[in-house]
Amino acid sequence: MSISMGDHGVRDLLLVLAVFAACVVESVEALTIVLAVGLTRGWHAVMRGVAAGLAVLAVIVAALGPALTVIPLNALRLVVGGLLLIFGLGWLRKAILRASGFKALHDEAAIYERELAAAERTAGTAGGVFGDSYAFTLAFKGVLLEGLEVVFIVLTFGANQHSIPLAAAGAGAAVVLVTAVGVAVRAPLARVPENTLKFAVGVLLTAFGIFWGVEGAGGNWPGSDLALLVLIGGVLLAALGAVAWLRRVQARRLEPTRRLVDQPVADGVR
Amino acid sequence: MTRLATAIRGFAAFWWDFIVGDDWRIAAGVIVALAATFVLARTTIAAWWLLPVAVVAILGLSLWRSTRDVKHD
Repeated sequence: MSISMGDHGVRDLLLVLAVFAACVVESVEALTIVLAVGLTRGWHAVMRGVAAGLAVLAVIVAALGPALTVIPLNALRLVVGGLLLIFGLGWLRKAILRASGFKALHDEAAIYERELAAAERTAGTAGGVFGDSYAFTLAFKGVLLEGLEVVFIVLTFGANQHSIPLAAAGAGAAVVLVTAVGVAVRAPLARVPENTLKFAVGVLLTAFGIFWGVEGAGGNWPGSDLALLVLIGGVLLAALGAVAWLRRVQARRLEPTRRLVDQPVADGVR
Repeated sequence: MTRLATAIRGFAAFWWDFIVGDDWRIAAGVIVALAATFVLARTTIAAWWLLPVAVVAILGLSLWRSTRDVKHD
């Protein structure tokens, strides 16, 4: 009995961790956009855009949250397991390609500079309810689009484990933390290890997706809830193995180019 | 009518991009793997092993395709 309670405790802890990490990543991305627009065009319209984006997200949570809880658990787990797998594998794929050098690392400082330059040269219509239309739209879209993924994770994780408030608490803590740090430093949070966090979230989403997908399809896990821990370890090992494999592939791919670059230098030395 | 069609197309494109993402084969592979697990769970054979194996194969295949595409650039 105590093992079963412990299992649920571990599952709840993993749920909060997954939601928190995913929310930190998305909040950092939203903050970059909001800061760039706010610092160049003023905060009035930007704050209205942020508020409007948060309001739409709240409506989505309020509408979908209760609806999800009335769906039969197995059907919910099958659908949610599938969606989490698609999401998780997408995050993991991108993180592996970045870690192995096949894709450029997500650089918040560079994105911030780009947004800053675009905000400075783009004209917006002033006046009206929302003020500067360009600033409002950019802040609204940034918050809504980055937040949608978090809302999806909060709702699906929460509904599956009957812990929407717990998942929401994880997300809320991340938003508060990122906002507080962002307000304090007034610069993009380039030091947040975003790629590492994305890798970790990808591993967790994929492991949860496999776990719930099998349960929703009618299968049973040997070891019950403890299988989730094994799955997380297994997905992590597979992902790290993929990074090692792709780094070797990348090194082999770049070898001829490196030789060509080194050759004139070597000739010159000779 | 045209404006409505454009709006619907834009809405569908947004959700396609949001859910399916960069590689549609991942989504297709996951659906097939879940369906196979569903079928297997209704037989006497254990079904839990199929999805983890399928996920590793789907991820490996997607990564292999991505890196192969990069080689041809």
